[in-house]
Amino acid sequence: MQPKIALLSEELIERVLEEAFQILMDPGVKVQSPKARRLLAEAGASVDDDSEVVRIPEDLARKALETVPREFWLYDRDGEPAVHYGGDDVHFDPGSSGVHILDPETLEHRPSTSPDLIRLVKVAEVLPQYDAQSTAVVCNEVPKEIGDLYRLYLVLLHSKKPIVTGAFSTQTTQVMFDMLAIFTGGREGLAEKPLAIFDVCPSPPLIWSDFGAENLIDLARAGVPAQIVSMPLAGAAAPVTLIGSVVQHAAECISGITIHQMARPGAPIVWGGAPAIFDMRQGTTPMGAIETAMIDAAYAQVGKHLGLPTHTYLGATDAKVIDYQAGLESGISALVGALAGINMISGAGMLDFLACQSAEKLVVDAEAIGMAKRLLQGVQVRTDTLALEFFADFAFRGDFLKQKITRRLFLDEQYLPSPVIDRGSIRIWHQSGRLDTFQRAKARVAELLAAYERPPMAPEEEKALRELVEHVARKAGMDQLPAVE
Amino acid sequence: MGDELFQAMAQSVIDGEVEEAQRLAREALEQGIDPLEAINKGFVVGVNYVGDQYAAGEMFLPDLVLAGEAMKAAVGVLEPELARRGTEREMLGTVVIGTIEGDIHDIGKTLVATMLSTAGFKVYDLGVDVPVPTFVEKAREVGADIVGVSALLTTTMVKQRDVVEALDDAGLRPRVKVIVGGAPVTQGWADEIGADGYSEDAIGAVALAKRLVGAE
Repeated sequence: MQPKIALLSEELIERVLEEAFQILMDPGVKVQSPKARRLLAEAGASVDDDSEVVRIPEDLARKALETVPREFWLYDRDGEPAVHYGGDDVHFDPGSSGVHILDPETLEHRPSTSPDLIRLVKVAEVLPQYDAQSTAVVCNEVPKEIGDLYRLYLVLLHSKKPIVTGAFSTQTTQVMFDMLAIFTGGREGLAEKPLAIFDVCPSPPLIWSDFGAENLIDLARAGVPAQIVSMPLAGAAAPVTLIGSVVQHAAECISGITIHQMARPGAPIVWGGAPAIFDMRQGTTPMGAIETAMIDAAYAQVGKHLGLPTHTYLGATDAKVIDYQAGLESGISALVGALAGINMISGAGMLDFLACQSAEKLVVDAEAIGMAKRLLQGVQVRTDTLALEFFADFAFRGDFLKQKITRRLFLDEQYLPSPVIDRGSIRIWHQSGRLDTFQRAKARVAELLAAYERPPMAPEEEKALRELVEHVARKAGMDQLPAVE
Repeated sequence: MGDELFQAMAQSVIDGEVEEAQRLAREALEQGIDPLEAINKGFVVGVNYVGDQYAAGEMFLPDLVLAGEAMKAAVGVLEPELARRGTEREMLGTVVIGTIEGDIHDIGKTLVATMLSTAGFKVYDLGVDVPVPTFVEKAREVGADIVGVSALLTTTMVKQRDVVEALDDAGLRPRVKVIVGGAPVTQGWADEIGADGYSEDAIGAVALAKRLVGAE
């Protein structure tokens, strides 16, 4: 039995959807892409081109919701199924698109560059807790026009795990599809066995930007999975009540899904998001707040009620260094996401409101994820009797360590943490240099980087990838790609 | 032929297969193999492997304990022949260990006993709730190098001092070293009662015992 939490009653979920459908009619949603408005108008929505407001009738929205696939797989670079979106399966990937990296030596949050992304990818590649990679930071030294595809390029070069990514423009989206298609034998293969999923963000409240809406259409037509990242900001760009923000989230997602499914019914899309409450003292968007996690768990219930795959942003912290706050916020929120049965939980490694990534935090977060996944396995019955057979030949002694079944089962029963988690005696702690969590994490990152091996890539694929990226880089004014080891 | 048998012996210890280890020990006797050679070239190799793997984090306490059990069982089969030949296994030292009178906590002490045994000590585990004179008698009887006294309660910990004093009175000190352990025990307490050593955990206890017998 997979343990689960439920924050909303069935009745409340129905009310959320009822109000979301009402919102889609009044006030409607603003769709800034003429192409998307045309699609919606053709499907029966009422469109006002001057105000860009689209009113989507419930039956149209429901029709769109019905054609969304209930489940789909992401594949690794070798074409093996790796991540299952659907049901209550839970996966984790590092948080995406950080603009800073935590320098482990100076503790500065400095602008991230390519070597930082490569380091993050290597660490996430070795850690089994991460089911997918993400394009975890932007490479600030690379021209903005190709920032999105360049990140994808670096991840593809260094990883074979599926990738959670996203595009910054309609032109680069197509290049990114072509990059991915190199590994799937073309665009058709990419739709059959996608190895990446693209985040697409509405602009709260209730606005689909020109690019956001067109990106949905492009993804649908390419058959590449889309992941809606709706971000109601409770109290600022969304109602202050958690449930009110859940309604807004539903309205944003349903409108996005309608655009997407009108472009191509049956294309895969995910009910996802990165909401937050609005901090009324600091004016910030705390990702580690419990209410943020509550909005996520609640909207996931709404998505599951509709039978849709789910995603969220949890396992991050607002702390600036890897300290106790970082641990408690990341650990607690990862656990809430896991217990909500969310298919993809992004956010690991992130500090400072998703602005700053850290490889050292990734290795600590991996332990929280390991524990959360263990919890999801629940309490299992692995023996014929629950305990009786352990007490055969019992002599009132603590001899269970000598039972063969102990050796056989302990690794199934117990999640074995890495040395980042201190379970040694105080003697060992003294002997090994009295390290705290962050110092142990630094040592662990060094170990993982040493253990990392670049997954093999066919030379002709690597050549095709490099030439494609070089071509667009040159147009963006980058004469030469930086050397990557 | 012998090499294969030795390898199988080592493997039986690595697998923690008590019956298999005993069977191989009997086979060695039937083939007229020197029991000491069977131990040193066969079973001990397995024990050392498990010990190394454990230290490297690749194996775990259940592996260590089961290896110890298999080793003990094999040696049990070989012992009469060892005695008949008048040969003896070379051990790092002899340890008498137990949980003090009034205290029935078993796990920590047993773990230390197992790990000492696996490390190459001859270990006499007196069990739990052991009266002070029993430690002294056993130490004298087996010529112990080390007496290990475990206590998990602050109320029983005080009797660790009694063991040190009783060994003094019996004239066994300072030849017989006393090591103490248990949750409430500290280095300060060990110093205060005149014990020769203390460790927070079983791994440290092995290192301590080796140091005390000059094996390291």
